[in-house]
Amino acid sequence: MINKVTTLDEAMKDIRDGSSIMVGGFLDSGRPDTLERKLADIGARDLTIISMCTGTEKSELYRVFTQGQVSKVIASYIRFNPVSIQMILKDPKSVTLLPMGTLTERIRAGGTGLGGILTAVGVGTLVEEGKQKINIDGRDYLLELPIRADFAIVHAYMADEMGNLVFRGTKRNFNAVMPYSADFVIAEAEHVVKAGEISPDDVVVPGIFVDAVVKV
Amino acid sequence: MDKKEIIARRVAKELKNGDVVNLGIGTPTLAANYVPEGVTVIFQSENGMLGIGPAREPGSTDDTYTNAGGALITAIPGASVFDNTMSFAVIRSGRVKTAVLGALEVDEFGSIANWMIPKKSVNGMGGAMDLVVGAKRIIVAMEHTVKGKPKILKKCTLPLTAAREVDMIITELCVIEVDHEKGLTLTELAPGVTVDEVRAATEVPFKVSPDLKTMELM
Repeated sequence: MINKVTTLDEAMKDIRDGSSIMVGGFLDSGRPDTLERKLADIGARDLTIISMCTGTEKSELYRVFTQGQVSKVIASYIRFNPVSIQMILKDPKSVTLLPMGTLTERIRAGGTGLGGILTAVGVGTLVEEGKQKINIDGRDYLLELPIRADFAIVHAYMADEMGNLVFRGTKRNFNAVMPYSADFVIAEAEHVVKAGEISPDDVVVPGIFVDAVVKV
Repeated sequence: MDKKEIIARRVAKELKNGDVVNLGIGTPTLAANYVPEGVTVIFQSENGMLGIGPAREPGSTDDTYTNAGGALITAIPGASVFDNTMSFAVIRSGRVKTAVLGALEVDEFGSIANWMIPKKSVNGMGGAMDLVVGAKRIIVAMEHTVKGKPKILKKCTLPLTAAREVDMIITELCVIEVDHEKGLTLTELAPGVTVDEVRAATEVPFKVSPDLKTMELM
């Protein structure tokens, strides 16, 4: 019998200084608010945050930044988090910006046994700096390498004891991608049910990708 | 009619029945309000949706569906949602017929800059680079100048979003078609605007179409 449902404290207990953490959500949509709040409360420092955006000023993730817990960022859009904008202006190396489709595919590659992906997006721009260019059938592509993290924290609409995840509306976004690619995946869910209560047809992220489920 | 409405109304004319379209944040998004009755456009959003419907009523708290700008939206009958990976698969594979986005600068061969001003402001590129490279047709919808300075330049000065990808520029003054080898051709003027006014507001020379028309805005 497998039961991944646990407490917030237990789920987040191994996060420490220097951890790399993928954070689901898209702007304010489908953010793992409870897990972000806990991350701020834990106070671990020198974190690497990997996220579509660096949160908005009303997000819990923003507090993780204002408390100075973050030393590195990999993201696509930082406009709504002034702390992350200051980070990149002061030290461009502290924030890696990627085209959103490249970010999402690099994360996917990190957890799906791929050695990288080739994309034409970013050719001829700052994004190509330091990257290997490969020509296939006359078109230049950038070799973009996999991204992994120690932890992923994501938000789901429903989870079962096995860790199977179901989402609603546009809240799948990165929440359904990041579980592939972290060593320890924590999902918060609005509804937590017994195994068997979610139809196999409805599962979006299979439970094997999820290590801990927290009811919010 | 203010500048934004002129631009949005003209952009809407480019959207045809059955087209898959991505509208950028700001003025491009307004174009959805002017799609003619009887024309169904399938609006795509980077966060992971095809079939965006009208915005929710002000005051609504139903956040089931949001667009890429974070606005609360509805879904049309037949809409679908998916994760971000699928969303960019749709974009990079050319299934988005038209992407409409704003720009800080565009050059005569269709290179575009719209994601950062070094040492001053860095938003991040979001989905813009993927859209500009992946979508079949790129329309830049923007005000013709910023603080009186041209935005259509000989060469972009800011870091590029992509090189030689823009196909059409729609501003409150005119419509310009972009050939990635031959440069710019003025094809339409907004009502009351002259070719000389467009020249004065544009850094780079352009050809004038022998077929020059007045923008239809209704």
